[in-house]
Amino acid sequence: MAMKQAEDLREKYLRQSMFPTIFCDGCGIGNVLNYTLWAIDEIELDIDRTVFVSGIGCSSRLTGYVNADGLHTTHGRALAFATGVKVANPDLTVIVFTGDGDGSGIGGNHLLHTIRRNIDMTVILVNNYTYGMTGGQVAPTTPMGSITTTTPYGNSEWPLDVCEVARALGAPYVARWPVTFPYQPIKSIEQGIRKRGFALIEMLAPCPTAYGRRNNLRALDQSWKWYKDHSLLVEEYERIERFGTDAERATLQGKIKVGVFQDSERECFSDQWRAVVERVKLKA
Amino acid sequence: MDRNLIRKALGAKVQFIQGDEACAYGALLAGCTFFGGYPITPATEVAEVMARLLPKIGGCYIQMEDEIASIAAIIGASWTGAKTMTSTSGPGFSLMQENLGYGIMTETPCVIINVQRSGPSTGQPTLGAYGDMMQARWGTHGDHEIIMLCPANVQESLDLTITAFNFAERYRTPVLVFIDGELGHMRERVIIPEDDEIAIVNRTISNVSPDEYVPFGVNGDLVPAFAPFGAGYHTYVTGLTHNEQGLPRASSAEVHNRLVRRLADKILNNTDDIVLYEELETDDCEILLVSYGITAGVCRDVVATARQRGVKVGMLRLITIWPFAEEAVARLAQQVRMMIVSEMNMGQIIHPIREAVAGRCDVRLISKIGGALHMPAEIMEAVEQWR
Ligand SMILES: Cc1ncc(C[n+]2csc(CCOP(=O)(O)OP(=O)(O)O)c2C)c(N)n1
Ligand code: SF4
Repeated sequence: MAMKQAEDLREKYLRQSMFPTIFCDGCGIGNVLNYTLWAIDEIELDIDRTVFVSGIGCSSRLTGYVNADGLHTTHGRALAFATGVKVANPDLTVIVFTGDGDGSGIGGNHLLHTIRRNIDMTVILVNNYTYGMTGGQVAPTTPMGSITTTTPYGNSEWPLDVCEVARALGAPYVARWPVTFPYQPIKSIEQGIRKRGFALIEMLAPCPTAYGRRNNLRALDQSWKWYKDHSLLVEEYERIERFGTDAERATLQGKIKVGVFQDSERECFSDQWRAVVERVKLKA
Repeated sequence: MDRNLIRKALGAKVQFIQGDEACAYGALLAGCTFFGGYPITPATEVAEVMARLLPKIGGCYIQMEDEIASIAAIIGASWTGAKTMTSTSGPGFSLMQENLGYGIMTETPCVIINVQRSGPSTGQPTLGAYGDMMQARWGTHGDHEIIMLCPANVQESLDLTITAFNFAERYRTPVLVFIDGELGHMRERVIIPEDDEIAIVNRTISNVSPDEYVPFGVNGDLVPAFAPFGAGYHTYVTGLTHNEQGLPRASSAEVHNRLVRRLADKILNNTDDIVLYEELETDDCEILLVSYGITAGVCRDVVATARQRGVKVGMLRLITIWPFAEEAVARLAQQVRMMIVSEMNMGQIIHPIREAVAGRCDVRLISKIGGALHMPAEIMEAVEQWR
């Protein structure tokens, strides 16, 4: 891995005519793209047979930068479009880029049902705690108390934990990493793509422009430190939750569980459907 | 797709089936292999037939979580090269509007069946109506053209669904087939056409190498060649204003003008091919009944009765509703004294009719809502009264 240069990957996989990107200085979305390129190169993914699908938002712009087939759809609907692609041609690899608003707010219902059906795809959900593209409004993931343009006095809603939802629905692969972890996201994206079934990788990424500046996380070092201070590996988190002392448990306050939440097997939709067709297809 | 398999799945050549079922049969004959849908009265039978028959021919049926997802799925599936369809009724068609525009903007072939019921809102789920005629035209936001066909009977529901697929493939755009709850549930004798009796159009596939391919570049006929996902062409598809390469140019007035006007022109320049209508006894008529959909059968009856009574009545039956048959209406407006438009709504298609007539003759409406069809006697009475 050390031999690989980020520049080479960009050369190999990116649509040069799309640069420069729309991303602000310090935005974490670019890191997510780099990790993804690294992962697809590691597993030698056939890029000609891969379709990148996204909704609308800053994160959803990622599809445009990858030199591959891409479907940049409508706000919240990426998973429904991606379902059509995958089900109509199960031989294609489908990777979805989405935001927390796109994927778990307006698109929340599609998330539930795409996981329930276990459509074989890898969803890379960039969670920046806000609606970045529209200038930083409250999102379903915005922490309680945070200041956004539509919660000027502090958010009064509980945030959604997308990974817990995916885990509860039996998604075969679920992981969450902040972009501040350099290697784990790459491994998770590799594992997600290799997984036969639905894989969710939630990437916590700073949005200094729309979220950070209203919540004391504007500077890059500030936000990266924040993720480091607030992340706790899921194994450790759940050990303390279950077996920790009261004092230990008190330290969990405000901590974010990160890591691989689920890695299991479950027959995916296309396999089930193929079995139906084999059973009922007429003979010529 | 194996044609014999499709015929085997459809069964007997002559059948007694519903309008809904006929739409599904037409889709399969046209080569549809992917259906994404959501149940709604009175359109559910379309989905049920597709669910029963698609696996038999090796295609795919998927019931999505709502109509937004249904149209999304058929657009996604279409990009793999498949012919795709969904079906719905008013409430579902309302939900589809945003993605319908996406299909238009991204030049994605697909077919949407709307078995209309009354509205607004939940309205009368089990009864027929034609209340979505204008929503079809202007429901999705932004400037655009749409192709919409309106069958008048069960046989035509089958035949015109095939035509709808052909237009979708030929012009790379979503095509609407609108029937209503009455026609959708009405049973009639239907003859399944032989392969040599139907034309099947397939989208033009790119024949240049990926390096030379310009995904939204066009030749004379304004319809770009298609490259299916997975074929190595690396097409970027976006609902943003995009240039010929498919790359976003959302702030360019020039690119936007070029794109949106081409999307309209590829349809408007081909109205000779797309605009279908039927004229009955129009050579010498003084009163013209204008109709479409299930009401056309009633008007046909009225023409016969009127002629028996010596009243010179003719009929213009619109088969393609959008783009609108402006020329035919304008031509007939010079000849007739009056047009009587019978609609199962409060008057929707009468608006483009008036626009095309431009004051050259009297235009009157017989509007019917609430679920009942027009009776021949009431249209005849109007003819007698207004002649
Ligand atoms: C139907 C619809 N509603 C609203 C919008 C406006 N809109 C564009 S992006 C966006 C939010 C995106 O947030 P998120 O998915 O979290 O992505 P981010 O920009 O933060 O990466 C919204 C509300 C839209 N494009 N379409
Ligand atoms: S607004 Fe936020 S999410 Fe969007 S590009 Fe800027 S920093 Fe990134």
